[in-house]
Amino acid sequence: MLDIENLNVWFGDGRDRVDAVKAATFSVKQGESFGLVGESGSGKSTILRAITGLAPHWSGRITVDGTDLGKRRDRAFYKKVQMVFQDPYASLHPRHSVDQVLSETLYLHGVGDIDKRVSTLLEDVGLGARFRFRYPHQLSGGQRQRVAIARALAGEPKLLLLDEPTSALDVSVQAEILNLLTDLREDRGLTYLMVSHDLPVVSHMCERLAVMKSGEIVEMMGVETLRKMTPSHPYSQSLLGASVSHKITA
Amino acid sequence: MTLLEVEDLWVKFPTRQGIFEAVRGVSFSLGKERLGIVGESGSGKSMTGRAILRLIRKPGIVEAGHITLEGTDLMQLSEKEMRKVRGQRISMVMQDPKFSLNPVMTIGAQMMEAYLLHKNTSKTQARAKSLEMLKAVSISDPERVMRAYPHEMSGGMGQRIMIAMMLIPDPQILIADEPTSALDVSVQRQVLDIMDRLVTERGMGLIFISHDLNLVAEFCDRVLIMYAGRVVEVCDADRLHEAKHPYTQGLLNSLPRIEDPRKHLVALKRDDAWAEAPSVSGVKADA
Ligand SMILES: Nc1ncnc2c1ncn2[C@@H]1O[C@H](COP(=O)(O)OP(=O)(O)OP(=O)(O)O)[C@@H](O)[C@H]1O
Ligand SMILES: Nc1ncnc2c1ncn2[C@@H]1O[C@H](COP(=O)(O)OP(=O)(O)OP(=O)(O)O)[C@@H](O)[C@H]1O
Ligand SMILES: [Mg+2]
Ligand SMILES: [Mg+2]
Repeated sequence: MLDIENLNVWFGDGRDRVDAVKAATFSVKQGESFGLVGESGSGKSTILRAITGLAPHWSGRITVDGTDLGKRRDRAFYKKVQMVFQDPYASLHPRHSVDQVLSETLYLHGVGDIDKRVSTLLEDVGLGARFRFRYPHQLSGGQRQRVAIARALAGEPKLLLLDEPTSALDVSVQAEILNLLTDLREDRGLTYLMVSHDLPVVSHMCERLAVMKSGEIVEMMGVETLRKMTPSHPYSQSLLGASVSHKITA
Repeated sequence: MTLLEVEDLWVKFPTRQGIFEAVRGVSFSLGKERLGIVGESGSGKSMTGRAILRLIRKPGIVEAGHITLEGTDLMQLSEKEMRKVRGQRISMVMQDPKFSLNPVMTIGAQMMEAYLLHKNTSKTQARAKSLEMLKAVSISDPERVMRAYPHEMSGGMGQRIMIAMMLIPDPQILIADEPTSALDVSVQRQVLDIMDRLVTERGMGLIFISHDLNLVAEFCDRVLIMYAGRVVEVCDADRLHEAKHPYTQGLLNSLPRIEDPRKHLVALKRDDAWAEAPSVSGVKADA
């Protein structure tokens, strides 16, 4: 479904040049869920942004569903691929109500019976009808993130790029959203590429994952390795180790 | 010693469907301690924090018996006096870090401005201090970050920059709203250590708003658990996992666990009675 080969992404020039992603290579099969974890600032979001065409400078190869991606993304691409951004504040238009955001998205994707679809979408993400006509500033952080997820699901994409989809959510809503994502994947064969720093969430959602540090993928592993805490790279060891020591059991 | 006392705090918003009560009669005190506030999305955590600083936007309404900061009732202060409290005595790290930074000013200029505003020093000193603060929050290339704009930062970098900025004025109280939600565990550790030192060494009071129950249990001293605008339970943080309220237990049960794979997570079953019960007081008797 998704093939990334030798992907480099950079920003700026001279002394301010940042090589945000260096020679990243991985692929995600149709129906699979793949996790990206690692240091803050290591280039995880940048990989997702490069796939959606939001990174100005990149080299290498990105193939989605058999099609090599060039500089531009057409409408067919956005029907197939949707992204949930890390920052739910920046990604919603401040002057558009929840209803406008979702109706417009459905309209652009050529979906019929918009009114009914909007209520189903809201229900799917656990937001009741009373949120339908609210504006972003009238919603809490977690409520906004759920609107962003509903918007991404609106066009029934095949590949979902999820950037910290539940880090703004409390654990009960997180459970509901993750359950929804699990069911959608099963029912519709969706493919997920998911960034999260929450290793229990990654272990719950993904079959495989890549660990990033300073723009590079330092290790790829199956979820069993994460569960058994047996990674081989020293950075992955420290990342997994830090996470265990701070978790307590309920 | 009590730094801050909040009594019977209400936050209300007029909406199409009538008045919406986001915070309903919350009372608590804050000493030189780490006070956690947890609770589900929309339970009123952020509004509680913002109300203390009187940062609720119109047409929102804040009402309280009193919000006392070392003898001064913040509810009685003029907007001008309140501006002095904000930033100098009470700082708040907002849940939306990039949103609270100025998008058209470099990070360095913003940090230095904040420093010069609060401290009577030279630009050179302000620059040196800003670099030092960025390093303290584990920013690996502080020189570049000083020259960069907020949109050029990753999610976690934005959060760390906000924390560094809020600590510049040496506040007596820091309200941190989901301050580490975008950080990987090792960076999170470093940021928590900084806050921890401020509490233990400088006697700062910390209100730590988070939905990460494990983190709060480990990091905080006391925890308020909020539901539908009220405090439903108050407990010592290290006993959070023994919490009695079915809502708190429900939250704990809905966490995914590395060692316990399952297809579906346990979703919380809500009970209307939780929203009805009066708010539990989080005021701690002075020791
Ligand atoms: N528009 C931009 N201009 C300049 N540099 C950028 C830009 N976007 C990202 N960067 C830089 O690229 C690097 C990687 O950023 P990215 O957002 O991919 O990190 P991340 O792994 O998602 O981190 P986090 O977990 O903190 O969100 C960072 O050093 C960041 O400052
Ligand atoms: N301007 C507004 N008008 C109407 N309702 C509002 C407004 N601002 C906030 N609310 C509502 O107030 C409630 C409490 O919001 P608050 O931001 O305090 O939640 P929270 O506990 O911080 O949640 P989260 O964990 O999702 O950030 C929410 O249900 C929200 O929808
Ligand atoms: Mg990111
Ligand atoms: Mg909030």
